[in-house]
Amino acid sequence: MIEVKNLTRHFGAKVAVDNLSFKVQPGEVLGFLGPNGAGKSTTMKMITGFLRPSSGNVWVCGFEVQENSIAAQRRLGYLPEGAPLYSDMTTVELLSFIAAVRGFSGQEKLRRIANVVERVHLESVLHQSIETLSKGFKRRVGLAQAILHDPEVLILDEPTDGLDPNQKYEVRQLIRTMAKDKVIILSTHILEEVDAVCTRAIIINDGRLLVDDTPTALQPLDEKFRNLTTTDLRKAA
Amino acid sequence: MKSHALRAVYTRELAGYFNTPIAYVFMIIFVVLAGLFTFYLGDFFGRNQADLRSFFQWHPWLYLFLVPALAMRLWAEERRSGTLELLLSLPITATEAVIAKFLAAWTFTALTLGLTLPMWITVNYLGNPDNGVILASYLGSLFMAGGYLAIGSCMSALTRNQVIAFVLTSVVSLLFILSGFPMVLDFFSLWTPDMVVRTIASFSFLTHFDAVSKGVIDLRDLIYFFTLLAFWLFATIIIVEAKKAD
Repeated sequence: MIEVKNLTRHFGAKVAVDNLSFKVQPGEVLGFLGPNGAGKSTTMKMITGFLRPSSGNVWVCGFEVQENSIAAQRRLGYLPEGAPLYSDMTTVELLSFIAAVRGFSGQEKLRRIANVVERVHLESVLHQSIETLSKGFKRRVGLAQAILHDPEVLILDEPTDGLDPNQKYEVRQLIRTMAKDKVIILSTHILEEVDAVCTRAIIINDGRLLVDDTPTALQPLDEKFRNLTTTDLRKAA
Repeated sequence: MKSHALRAVYTRELAGYFNTPIAYVFMIIFVVLAGLFTFYLGDFFGRNQADLRSFFQWHPWLYLFLVPALAMRLWAEERRSGTLELLLSLPITATEAVIAKFLAAWTFTALTLGLTLPMWITVNYLGNPDNGVILASYLGSLFMAGGYLAIGSCMSALTRNQVIAFVLTSVVSLLFILSGFPMVLDFFSLWTPDMVVRTIASFSFLTHFDAVSKGVIDLRDLIYFFTLLAFWLFATIIIVEAKKAD
């Protein structure tokens, strides 16, 4: 499980995440909603131990992420925003590298790779270099490396962004099948996605928690969310 | 410190050099230039001496522009492409990642240096050189390459732009060469005590490389190179940690 307590992060004078607290239990799929720049990615980076909080704490399966980052990171799978990957490697080389870093070798490593390749349908691009893959396949490779070690906690930063409707459907399907005994946090700016896969949703804006509820209860809030997004747009314009 | 994560990153990095043309370009240019310099500028035959001084004396200068080219992508590329986030959210510490990447690059320079072994064979075929001196020179050259790489690793961690990393590494490395040069030392000896001048000279790659390539492996020279590596790698770790989210 994940516990986030009074999490705050400044970038210079700007407060990206402001005193955020919440807990997520196994079996829950938590949707992070909010306009661009709301602090979703920053929060996720702090949960994965990549980014140091200005103040506050995160516990992943009981391990404080800054104090005991390796133990926390072992239990965690992460798909960073935009699914960055080593583009000079082939799909199978990349998965093999991730497996090796995570301490798998020999038969176990092969079994794990074969398993994710099948789950995410990467058979056709195994020996293709990652820079030549389409956006959809890159996202799937990113997803494959995140679930390779069957983590207890899965953090997915915009897992369906830029995918076509079929690919979106497949990724959501995959998330749903994994949801049973895991903690999953995913960020999105599509309310419909929260509806499709999440059991709970949090809306954040300007780094602060606005709403924490079930997606059904969120339905009437559709309007509110849209207002948020449009204010954001107006600000941008 | 030795862990499977460190080994995995080391292997990936080393294989990465051969996945791109970088490896071959670097190796060929180093070997060709080292040969040209030895025979033409170094006047290998004209000296009529069975040694490799005219070969090794060019190494500090070859490294000055070749090693930065090798080191510039170490961290800058990870930062630019966003893979830094992938790497550092895996169960690996920044220290392990820095050491693994450095060792891979160092292994690569060792392989390149190994390709110049025909020089050694040639000089042994032509005469009776002091092979102990040659071995020491190779060792000195390898350590010096490590020094340049450690500087390069640190500069590469500072930026996401490989060109900036290249230039910074060259400039800092040049300072480490020039600090042994008479013109620099003369400038300092005008207004600083002798001890300061000697300290500045002792920072130079040249001072220590010359000492080692005379065939005398002095503990002080070894300590110099190890301290140099440790300092710059430690600085790399600090920078990677501090700047990873920028």
